[in-house]
Amino acid sequence: MRMPQHDRYSTCPSCAEPLEEGDLFCGGCGRDLAAPAPHAPAPPPTATPPAVPPPPAVPPAAPPPPGRPPRPAAPPAVPARRQAVPEPARTGASAVRTPTVPDFTLAPPDPGAARTDPAAAAAHSRPQDPDPAPASPPHTGPAPGAPDPRTGTAAPPAGPEPDAGRTGTCAGCGTGGFDADGYCEHCGHARPHGRDHLEQEVPGVAAASDRGLRHHRNEDAFAITTAPRPGTGPAVVAIVCDGVSSSSRPDEASAAAACAARDAMLDTLPRGVQPPHALHEALGVAARAVAALADARVDGGHNAPACTIVGSVVAEDVLTVGWVGDSRAYWVPEDRSAPAARLTEDDSWAAQMVAAGLMSEAEAFADPRAHAITGWLGADAEDVEPHTASFRPECPGVVVVCTDGLWNYAESAKDMADAVPGDARSRPLPAARQLVGHALRGGGHDNVTVAVIPFPATAPRAGSA
Amino acid sequence: MANFAKSNVPRFSVDVYQNPYLPEHGREVNAIVTVTATGGGTRGRAGSLPLPGPPRGPVDAPRDRSQGTPPAAVVLMVDCSGSMDYPPAKMRNAREATRAAVDAVHDGVAFAVVAGTHTAKEVYPGGGRLALADAATRASAKEAVRRLTPGGGTAIGTWLRLADDLLASSDAAVRHGILLTDGRNEHEDPEALREALNACSGRFTCDARGVGTDWEVHEVTGIATALLGTADIVADPAGLATDFTGMMAAAMGKEIGDVALRLWTPQGAEIAFVKQVAPTVVDLTGRRAQAGPRAGDYPTGSWGDESRDYHVCVAVPPAAVGREMLAARVSLVRPRPGDAPEVLGQGLVRALWTDDGAASTALNAQVAHYTGQAELARVIQQGLDARRAGDEGGATAKLGRAVQLAAASGNGETAKLLAKVVDVVDVAAGTVRLKAKVAQADEMTLETRSTKTVRVKKTGN
Repeated sequence: MRMPQHDRYSTCPSCAEPLEEGDLFCGGCGRDLAAPAPHAPAPPPTATPPAVPPPPAVPPAAPPPPGRPPRPAAPPAVPARRQAVPEPARTGASAVRTPTVPDFTLAPPDPGAARTDPAAAAAHSRPQDPDPAPASPPHTGPAPGAPDPRTGTAAPPAGPEPDAGRTGTCAGCGTGGFDADGYCEHCGHARPHGRDHLEQEVPGVAAASDRGLRHHRNEDAFAITTAPRPGTGPAVVAIVCDGVSSSSRPDEASAAAACAARDAMLDTLPRGVQPPHALHEALGVAARAVAALADARVDGGHNAPACTIVGSVVAEDVLTVGWVGDSRAYWVPEDRSAPAARLTEDDSWAAQMVAAGLMSEAEAFADPRAHAITGWLGADAEDVEPHTASFRPECPGVVVVCTDGLWNYAESAKDMADAVPGDARSRPLPAARQLVGHALRGGGHDNVTVAVIPFPATAPRAGSA
Repeated sequence: MANFAKSNVPRFSVDVYQNPYLPEHGREVNAIVTVTATGGGTRGRAGSLPLPGPPRGPVDAPRDRSQGTPPAAVVLMVDCSGSMDYPPAKMRNAREATRAAVDAVHDGVAFAVVAGTHTAKEVYPGGGRLALADAATRASAKEAVRRLTPGGGTAIGTWLRLADDLLASSDAAVRHGILLTDGRNEHEDPEALREALNACSGRFTCDARGVGTDWEVHEVTGIATALLGTADIVADPAGLATDFTGMMAAAMGKEIGDVALRLWTPQGAEIAFVKQVAPTVVDLTGRRAQAGPRAGDYPTGSWGDESRDYHVCVAVPPAAVGREMLAARVSLVRPRPGDAPEVLGQGLVRALWTDDGAASTALNAQVAHYTGQAELARVIQQGLDARRAGDEGGATAKLGRAVQLAAASGNGETAKLLAKVVDVVDVAAGTVRLKAKVAQADEMTLETRSTKTVRVKKTGN
């Protein structure tokens, strides 16, 4: 669950009930206000961002696939990073957190190297990873050590309510079975929903999602996969979505978006479409999938189904992120002496205010509207323009793709890096599980979803596994 | 095997209106359960099949109307005590009303007429039997009623026991009584009436009417409450025929009897109360019959094409924020001899714990409305009691509150009745003055009808 959009903040998150004026936290935001303040300390306003780098030196995009006219607003090779992240926003937020990291290279342990002209870095750098193979073979299928019976669903979790037909004994009282409506026949407690806790791992990527401790339903969704690419190694894909609580059927929205984006990538990447273009395209497909859910007869007086989305693709030595809303991606290098970085900029009221130079970050985050999102997928979203950006990390590490249910408890890149286990790159599923645990230990005030992608990609080539 | 293609098959639907959200440590769950029976008296869905599995929503309720079993049995109990002769028009009107009611008995329905005094006497057909209605039996019954004459005392318990004996001779699905009295139950102990009501409870339903103003409101409403029927005043005997015809028509519309509201609640839960709140307020809490380890049945009597609302309040064991619990499963059941009861429809009352204060403190509109209607009935009773006890201050306060509640909830009928007992100074503030002179009929009408409620438009749950 997540913040409603700024024009919706008068109703509550999990229940769509009206909120009190000036109620800093509920804000139907899922960010239940007892949660740690998610904003970073105010940076000196004079912090100077690095010069705007040239576009990332990713390989030139393949021509648009037949039948799909190019999207003029987003040239494939030059993702709309500049539009996505107005300069002031970086001044206020990410630039300060990673002051020495240019946007499009991710520094190796020696921070000096990070000053390299990104274009030059991109031109010559090859991954210096001495150990491209993971230390342990990736799990396949559901985690063998999954501690929770709720993890029984190994299928991609993006489908609605995969628990149909499940039976068993109530874990609450240990006595009763469940009736046809899903309640314990003895103590009345509801059978855990299929999405209450999910874990999944495929070679090269793992993800975990949890309802959290405060909400009665998990409105987050994720989809992970690997996609073969012609003439090169497979790409690893992770999509994470967060249903907007004030909308109707946010759980269906997030599931539909994650599924649609994954399926779109599975369509385009094998045809040679370059990851930035493929991801941009996939977010558009997801946007249309969510918009198509709207049905006035079902949704009644509520807003149309809506969600955020963030996706990441790791292919060869380039990692690409794309997003709409305030779900995030972080870069966490394996060598912790190298700086971690946040790779996305929230579509949020606070970020907009700071970007427009109207408020300092401290002022913006103190406002009740701070967490209202300004971009989302849904029938009522205007001009959804997915943001994408590509990076060429210069050292091994992991990409952490998550909803605010996690980053509320590890907002800065440094805090996120501290929460990521040191062996995350070789054991991504335990890492994802541990990150969910970090959020739950912090209070679990929102649904928590995180995907961990090792870099460089560890998915075996098709046929060579 | 029940024949589902029979006509006159009512279908039951159950809708639950509630705010399921509870605060941390919250226990009390309130819900309004609307039960609607439809399809009775019209052609059923020929060829429809029994629904497999636990029924949800509307289901077909098969009626056993096998060959030779009348669909309903009705006994008319007419007060023939000496007071019915003062004025003589009262007895005359009672005879006419009874004849009109006999005319309204459908063909094939079993019926009888009982004359009530300090004892009960069969008027028609006699011999401890019921007659099957047709043109001939109706004519004979009316002829017998014509000969009714007043004389003697009043012992209503004996009337009810005779009606029970007569109705017991029939295996009709719907068994109903219509009772008319004009005076107090002076010729037996109150205890005798109470025992008779206990004996008859659950065996037949009964509407009760008081004619004139010399009867006791609590006796008449007590009969109707115990026997799950309606109570009303017919202050002017001239109105009896119309009222009797209406009552009989309603009885003829009943399609299914012995229906109970079954509440399943989880381990550790307590039922705070169960009330019918529409069309009238009837507290059913004390009438629970245990039905298994965690379920109890509350009687609702017989049903035709109609809709009733129930207010259920359950205290559940608290659970952690984020948890969801079934606080109650509400079903409509009909007992089947030697078999599990037939479930006619059901709904779920849920509890969800949240730390969102706005969610947990929100009042469901239905619950709020009927909480107000129940308070309205209560303060009218308390106000009239205070007035009779000479407590003017208490009466003014209670009836003022009643005026305020009636206006706020749109209960115009009750507001009109209140205005005959008090002068309203300020509706919104509930400021009233007791009228110096109040007609006895007006006070009795207000008291008898104080439990009548109005419904609100359903806007979702």
